[in-house]
Amino acid sequence: MLADRDRIFTNLYGYQDWGLKAAQARGDWDNTKDILAKGQDAIIDEIKASGLRGRGGAGFPTGMKWSFMPKESKDGRPSFLVINADESEPGSCKDREIIRHDPHKLIEGALVAGYAMRARAAYIYIRGEYIREAWRLEDAVKQAYDAGLIGKNACGSGYDFDVFVHRGAGAYICGEETAMIESLEGKKGQPRLKPPFPAGAGLYGCPTTVNNVESIAVAPTIMRRGADWFSSFGRENNKGTKLFQISGHVEKPCVVEEAMSIPFSELIEKHCGGIRGGKDNLLAVIPGGSSVPLVPAAEIWDAPMDFDGLKAVGSGLGTAAVIVMDKSTDIVKAISRISYFYKHESCGQCTPCREGTGWMWRMMERLRVGDASVEEIDMLQQVTKQVEGHTICALGDAAAWPIQGLIKHFRPELERRIAEAGNMAEAAE
Amino acid sequence: MPTVKVDGQEIEVPAGATVLQACELAGKEIPRFCYHERLSIAGNCRMCLVEVKPGPPKPQASCALPATEGQEIRTDSEMVKNAREGVMEFLLINHPLDCPICDQGGECDLQDQSVAYGRGGSRYDESKRAVTEKNMGPLIKTTMTRCIHCTRCVRFSEEIAGVDEIGALYRGENMQITTYLEHAAKHELSANVIDLCPVGALTSRPYAYEARPWELKKALGIDVMDAMGANIRIDSRGREVLRVLPRINDDVNEEWLSDKSRFAVDGLTRRRLDKVFVRNNGKLQPASWDEAFKKIKAAKPGNDIAAVYGDLLDCETMFAAKALLGAMGSTLIEGRQTGLVYPTDNLAAVNFNTTLAEIENADAVLIVGSQIRHEAPLLNVRLRKAVKRGAKVFVVGPEWETTYPATFLGADLAVLNKLPADVSDAMAKAVRPAIIMGGAAAGRGATGKVLALAAEWNVVRQLDDGSTWNGFNTLHFSPSRMGGLMLGLAQQGGIADLVAAKPKVLLALGADEVDFTKFSDSLKVFIGHHGDKGAHAADIVLPAAAYTEKPGTYVNIEGRVQRSEKAVFAPGDAREDWTILRALADALGVTVGFDTYDQLRAAMFADTPALANEGLADFGTALPAGGGDASGVITGYPVADFYLSNAICRASPTMQRCSAELLHGETLAEAAE
Repeated sequence: MLADRDRIFTNLYGYQDWGLKAAQARGDWDNTKDILAKGQDAIIDEIKASGLRGRGGAGFPTGMKWSFMPKESKDGRPSFLVINADESEPGSCKDREIIRHDPHKLIEGALVAGYAMRARAAYIYIRGEYIREAWRLEDAVKQAYDAGLIGKNACGSGYDFDVFVHRGAGAYICGEETAMIESLEGKKGQPRLKPPFPAGAGLYGCPTTVNNVESIAVAPTIMRRGADWFSSFGRENNKGTKLFQISGHVEKPCVVEEAMSIPFSELIEKHCGGIRGGKDNLLAVIPGGSSVPLVPAAEIWDAPMDFDGLKAVGSGLGTAAVIVMDKSTDIVKAISRISYFYKHESCGQCTPCREGTGWMWRMMERLRVGDASVEEIDMLQQVTKQVEGHTICALGDAAAWPIQGLIKHFRPELERRIAEAGNMAEAAE
Repeated sequence: MPTVKVDGQEIEVPAGATVLQACELAGKEIPRFCYHERLSIAGNCRMCLVEVKPGPPKPQASCALPATEGQEIRTDSEMVKNAREGVMEFLLINHPLDCPICDQGGECDLQDQSVAYGRGGSRYDESKRAVTEKNMGPLIKTTMTRCIHCTRCVRFSEEIAGVDEIGALYRGENMQITTYLEHAAKHELSANVIDLCPVGALTSRPYAYEARPWELKKALGIDVMDAMGANIRIDSRGREVLRVLPRINDDVNEEWLSDKSRFAVDGLTRRRLDKVFVRNNGKLQPASWDEAFKKIKAAKPGNDIAAVYGDLLDCETMFAAKALLGAMGSTLIEGRQTGLVYPTDNLAAVNFNTTLAEIENADAVLIVGSQIRHEAPLLNVRLRKAVKRGAKVFVVGPEWETTYPATFLGADLAVLNKLPADVSDAMAKAVRPAIIMGGAAAGRGATGKVLALAAEWNVVRQLDDGSTWNGFNTLHFSPSRMGGLMLGLAQQGGIADLVAAKPKVLLALGADEVDFTKFSDSLKVFIGHHGDKGAHAADIVLPAAAYTEKPGTYVNIEGRVQRSEKAVFAPGDAREDWTILRALADALGVTVGFDTYDQLRAAMFADTPALANEGLADFGTALPAGGGDASGVITGYPVADFYLSNAICRASPTMQRCSAELLHGETLAEAAE
């Protein structure tokens, strides 16, 4: 179990004040000038050495991402940092806690990261539904400006850096980095084709890096306590601490900071009071937010909660939004609901996702009540394969994977429902 | 020049080419819906997926992927076949099976590609999506259930037309293409989205349910609705022209066509002159050719004959008139019907010298007295491209809605005498400066000053790459103008010279804009195809052929000689214009030197050799010196109503409707209240 002294988010539960004074008492904004004085390359090297991987779901090494930004502007274009606070993944609720209770960690992180990548400003794109969180963030940004921590000559470092808070309008797809950039520019939130990648031409055509809130918020602490400290947690290639968000059928759902690679069982037993009705009542777990495939109870129990460990059981860490389902769950209905979500949130730009998500959801709805033939399960599997990997962004994949997980692990359940519905129909005749 | 391998075949592709272009160079057909050469890359239909190594182990959209050295591209693998079948299936699940009643049938990309790349059957059993139809105005018919969301129309209106008229609403499978608040699409090029639409979602409203593409006879023509000389394909069935489509010609119209050129053709069957008329007791009454010719002969014109030619004429007709008048001993021919006067001895001074393709490269443009969008919509597209590449545009004249940033300098021509510093700076410093003088300025006291400015800014120059840049342009709005001027058919004093000569006989060749009251003593013979202003004023009406009904040579504003084919026969007693003039020569007892069309052409080429060669005529680069101050205020532009600018459009119900709804829609709505 992670010791209290090793926690980065020391006010995760809001037991203390969120404001600047309290944040400074907790160690935020402590001599940020010195961190910046180390120089851009030193910061990036430190982050690289810490082994921090992006906390938004894809797990791309953060330091490497920052190093893609141009070291100098050859044509006068400024660089931008965009912070993804459009936390819309079902099950995910970590960024919200950070912004609610520790907003200064994020703002300080914005300065450190923005300075490291030579960005002119940071845009924090916050989910439209997070109304109070947006107010809180705006207040915190104002506090930081008033204290001279950001803005002109930020923290007395001689570096000018602005932070803007931009509110989204409630579209899941705007959490995709290029759709977020489009939305920031005032356009319809639709992902862009890559290449060009945002580091070459992003916001307003300028070099841009899009990072998750958590990735940015941990950066100042890593700089203070050192890469060695951060990389002392977790397995090789899966370093650091991570906010886990456990929801569903556990005794005490919670958001908790833990070391990476903690076994699922430990996470549940230590922090959540165990599975509702005991370990044997566990049916399946969606370990990384709605877009990763589910893992049945037997396989997840001892799995280490990190990128590679969950990949090994055919799923992914995603945002570490652990959705626990016990045996009272109608698993087909649950996945069908997730399919509806993706049908609803597809931007409609490219064909497989626009047409496929609706088709998949309709088939799932029929499978839910067994109104289908057994062959249609294979057809559904094929349709998911036709969507996966054929789209501009990853939403198509995200829509396909939960269904693929269901078919892989719960095909007997699907067939049972079809047979049952068939018997009912026969009996009625 | 990267080298790539397409299905095992090594091929060198130009730098910057996409994988799709590489495949095409290798002779492989790549199916696509959203990709279009002249629009930005959207990459959203996913039909063009191919397998590319090195790269992720999934198919890639070839339209958006740059071709790089050493790539191995497969268009024939199992993965690609499955990907295409998958995308095709998705496109079809919500596409209605209404091909039998769809106007796109027979020329539908979706039909063709589903045959070539789709699966045999459908596995989709759920209900199909239905979308309500959208109002896009009198020209574009919508059946949005058929839409496959390729967004070509959206990109066209945004990028080419430069107006945000069409966009997408909602998301996911509820996404809909529509105009803003379902307002009509008002841009002059709006109907090009009909051609761009790969399915039957956007079709031609006037042509709805008229014909199937395989029933149509196709003729290659030249458009005469403006002076651009757009290349068109005239589709006809029997004796009726049913539609006009653009042909691709990168030097002239690229592949666009203005709405007027496309839809005025329903005017070709209305208000037509299909009989000879002779005025008796103040009334035009049907007569025979003989009677009419006798009456003309009875006027005993001798050399006291003049001709005024209209805007829509081909060079052959004008030359036949020149030959006839020449045989009679007269040279009184004029085409500037409304009284414009400017020197015509130096054709370089009245030509669009920069050429339409090159104006895209201009970096500073001064427009004097032209409403480009109405006088030459296709030129406006080019100017928009120039502005996108960084050109500055200044306009002297009343304000109009440009589709690009432009600075208006006021309607007073005197501003040319003392231009604001930023304007003269921009023009003087430009590498490729261009001046465009329109009909509202030429001959209205600006010509001399504009020529002087051209000399001052040195708009004719040698560029660093050794080529010659000629930035002096005159923009005509009548398609017969350059041809007429090349044939030397102009008077020093313009039409006033004809009035002053008080000719016994005035031949009005399709001339509808002349103030005929000034010719009250002349016998006015109208030779034309529409019962418009010219025929109303005439004493004798001889029915002739419209531009689709005769072969002809046309010269566009840049001096490009182009030939047009005959698509259909003229209605009733109407004859091709040159035969009427030839017969008139017999009636008047003179010889014109040709009996057949070929002889006429040969004589014309002998007279004006430049007309013999298709392509740009060379007028040299020497401009007259010009000088003097400009004066006068431009009160209006020559094309008062874009949709009703000549006899054919005035007879067209579609154009009348466009004029009423798109140009005067607001006044109509007010009147209704």
